[in-house]
Amino acid sequence: MMKRNSHLKQLEDESIYLMREVAAQFDRPVLLFSGGKDSIVMVHLAEKAFYPARIPFPLMHIDTGHNFPETIEFRDNLVERTGARLIVGSVEESIKQGRVKEETGPEASRNALQTVTLLDTLREHQVDCALGGGRRDEEKARAKERFFSHRDTYGQWDPKNQRPELWSLYNGLKRPGEHFRAFPISNWTEMDIWQYIAAEQIPIPGLYFAHKRRVFNRRGIWLADTDHINRYPDETIEEKVVRFRTIGDSTCTGAVLSEASSLEDIIAEVAAARVTERGNRHDDKRSEAAMEDRKRVGYF
Amino acid sequence: MSQTKTKSEVDHQYLDMDLLRFTTAGSVDDGKSTLIGRLLYDSKSIFEDQWDAIETSSQNQGDEEVNLALLTDGLRAEREQGITIDVAYRYFATPKRKFIIADTPGHIEYTRNMVTGASTADLAIILIDARKGVLTQSKRHSFLSSLLQIPHLVVAVNKMDLVDYSEERFNEIVSDFQDFSDKLEVDDITYIPISALYGDNVVNKQENMPWYQGSTLLHHLEHVKRESRLNLVDFRFPVQYVVRPNQDFRGFAGRVASGTIRPGEQVTVLPSEQSTTVERVVNPDGDLEEARAGDSIVLTTTDEVDISRGSMVVRKNNVPTGARSLEAALCWMNQESMELNKTYLLMQNSRTVQATLSEIFYKINIDTMHRETADRLQLNEIGRVKIDTAETLYFDPYKLNNSTGSFILIDPDSYVTVAAGMIRAASSSAREMETDIQKPDKQSRPVSPDVTWEPWNIPREAREKRNGHKSALVWLTGISGAGKSTIAKMLEQRLWEQGKQTVLLDGDQIRHGLCGDLGFSEQDRSENIRRVGEVARLFFEHGNIVLCTFVSPYREDRQKVFERFPENRFIEVHVHCETETAQKRDPKGLYEKAKQGEIKGLTGYDAPYEEPSGKHIRVETDQKRPEEIVDQLVEELKPYLS
Ligand SMILES: Nc1nc2c(ncn2[C@@H]2O[C@H](COP(=O)(O)OP(=O)(O)O)[C@@H](O)[C@H]2O)c(=O)[nH]1
Repeated sequence: MMKRNSHLKQLEDESIYLMREVAAQFDRPVLLFSGGKDSIVMVHLAEKAFYPARIPFPLMHIDTGHNFPETIEFRDNLVERTGARLIVGSVEESIKQGRVKEETGPEASRNALQTVTLLDTLREHQVDCALGGGRRDEEKARAKERFFSHRDTYGQWDPKNQRPELWSLYNGLKRPGEHFRAFPISNWTEMDIWQYIAAEQIPIPGLYFAHKRRVFNRRGIWLADTDHINRYPDETIEEKVVRFRTIGDSTCTGAVLSEASSLEDIIAEVAAARVTERGNRHDDKRSEAAMEDRKRVGYF
Repeated sequence: MSQTKTKSEVDHQYLDMDLLRFTTAGSVDDGKSTLIGRLLYDSKSIFEDQWDAIETSSQNQGDEEVNLALLTDGLRAEREQGITIDVAYRYFATPKRKFIIADTPGHIEYTRNMVTGASTADLAIILIDARKGVLTQSKRHSFLSSLLQIPHLVVAVNKMDLVDYSEERFNEIVSDFQDFSDKLEVDDITYIPISALYGDNVVNKQENMPWYQGSTLLHHLEHVKRESRLNLVDFRFPVQYVVRPNQDFRGFAGRVASGTIRPGEQVTVLPSEQSTTVERVVNPDGDLEEARAGDSIVLTTTDEVDISRGSMVVRKNNVPTGARSLEAALCWMNQESMELNKTYLLMQNSRTVQATLSEIFYKINIDTMHRETADRLQLNEIGRVKIDTAETLYFDPYKLNNSTGSFILIDPDSYVTVAAGMIRAASSSAREMETDIQKPDKQSRPVSPDVTWEPWNIPREAREKRNGHKSALVWLTGISGAGKSTIAKMLEQRLWEQGKQTVLLDGDQIRHGLCGDLGFSEQDRSENIRRVGEVARLFFEHGNIVLCTFVSPYREDRQKVFERFPENRFIEVHVHCETETAQKRDPKGLYEKAKQGEIKGLTGYDAPYEEPSGKHIRVETDQKRPEEIVDQLVEELKPYLS
């Protein structure tokens, strides 16, 4: 149980407040669900926010088709348990429809393609606010992100045109065509997330715990051997005990060598960690300002 | 850290942590970024890949050492221009606390950003360059911190290494700052000499300033009292959302803005003013025995009452001010400057109402803290304004309650947030409160000299003829808060618009001059009414319709006044409402004072009120709208109006 004055309780109170503001101020919000720990925590917070009612908005998953099977299984169980509605946007479909072009070669990833599928799916369902699990501690560019992030008709984010947010007053008024992204866990850090998962005993996929896996090393990052990724000739498969710090598309989510097999182990490991979690994300390394570029076009 | 910690050790470590939000302010180059970088670095909150990234950037920029300031540097456009333009949030934690830093840049759009960052901060760090001392900007930062009511201030005197770690220099700056801060409303100011670049007194003490006995900055941040910002007394619960899973459950979701609440307690719902009892404080892990400021909860009530988003649940005997006109300090945050008499949207807690900026009293020059006349506010300007709202707003003064006392203004066309406001008081009462109506009880009754009565120079009839209407006396009596003044003012306005000659005599005004020597004993009250009667008579004889609003609790006193007037030339109006309602309205805060025992003998509280018994008109302000009542009175006055 969390203590009344603890930082986790305060973060929870704030996030629940934001979830309710979204439910009250918007007509068709969705909760973006990636299958990672942040969005699992988001679903947990949403359940608490509206208890004893069900979560009043659907979960939306953008499926690259290259997910770990564990992610999909976990997602389906969660949807069944919470009774929430699930909307799936498929990158595979976007490729088939010619909306995007599949990358080729060993570095190919569907990560960048997600953005188009995401925006298409949001439009198809006339979503006016998408709740995301972005945190400000993840990357420098996010440090200035608002809780209520205003997007223009093209889903673009203009850092110069964001509304000031004072006290706990969140202005979600919008003109036709405009919409919002809302980030209720903006103020959480990776450590807070793990501590909260432990305190609330929230189930998470086994991928986060140490397990044996076939991996190969690419520029210092351990990538999982899957059908969706081609290796360079000099990259060889090894079996290692690893776990994931973030879970996203399997082609670009790096694993870390770790023996941490319980939440307590993970918390201790995070406390001692010397690398940010995104440091293991292969796509972030492409350019220093990579994150910001993707944000501008509508990725989180 | 070792990986063999037991579960309870790990639990213990983070379950005891709490949270502190602080903001940092300083002029360009005072070393703010370096300081934050230092805090993050020395508290081991920097990861290797972040370190590598700033190392690379430092080398690219040709810096010899790794530039800690780069850690907190944000967006690319800014990085390219070498400026930061907005509030950025940083996080770090120690085993004691998690910290959220609202980092506000010290230049362009400065006020807007600082106000934003300060709105949620428990503490502000004001950075001062030891070489430059207390500059205008330092004062500006401190003034804004005080305006936003940040409870704790830390004055960090930086770059001590560049003044040879001199104690004299430090003391000089402290003393300069104190001279000026006496004018501020900040209770707690702490002074710390530091070197952000070399780390002295930031996280570690080091040896350069043995003369400094106080705590390091981090130690202070870890131990300063949190929650000073919360009001734990006045229960206010703005409803965000109605939770309704099925026909049998109706819960009200929201975050307790202030105070505490328990099941079984009596509450009133605003604006409907319905009363009910709290049934449960629902929580997924089991119902709570108590909820308090800051908690996000769901409440249920024992009765079916009218509650929806925008309602506020409060304790029955502790209600906020309700008014449609208020005075506030306003900070303008938009390129387009403020327009007087334009209608904006005002968002306060979970409510949004239309609001008109009807008056600007002055703007504050935040460099000198002087008031200046103004007819509008521009970006980054702060002023005192009057705002009229389309519906009654329920609020507390910002000073007492940061949550119910704050609001934002939204442009109705672009929906952009254009201003932030801190409520001072309801508009009319703001003035009245400033002049304390309680005067010492003196026994000096004026003695009438023996004079002979002179007939009026120009007879009343002649005046009436020219005015086109008859003189009359309208005497409004009733307890404080019954609504006498409101009705009298509206009535006078109505008559004035019809071209009638009127006078309004108001209790508080009379007690300022003419009866300033009187108190509230039975004797003085009679004397007060006697004098008023005489004054009313003079105006009456000069052709006026005289409106008098006096509590005038004693039947006999009123009777004596009426005896001075011709038959059929006066109307006695009993302005009535339930004492409960009057106490709730409490426009002058008198009932509150009486409750606190600050005043005695307040009619309707602990002194009697004698209702009129003869011919009179009774109007009930808790049953009818003032407009309707005024219509009725105008109708009664018909015989005199032509
Ligand atoms: N000597 C000395 N220089 C400092 C100190 N703190 C900051 N500086 C330098 O002052 C300059 C401005 O610092 P920066 O942190 O960028 O200032 P900001 O504009 O307030 O963020 C940089 O060259 C810093 O290295 C200090 O304690 N001592």
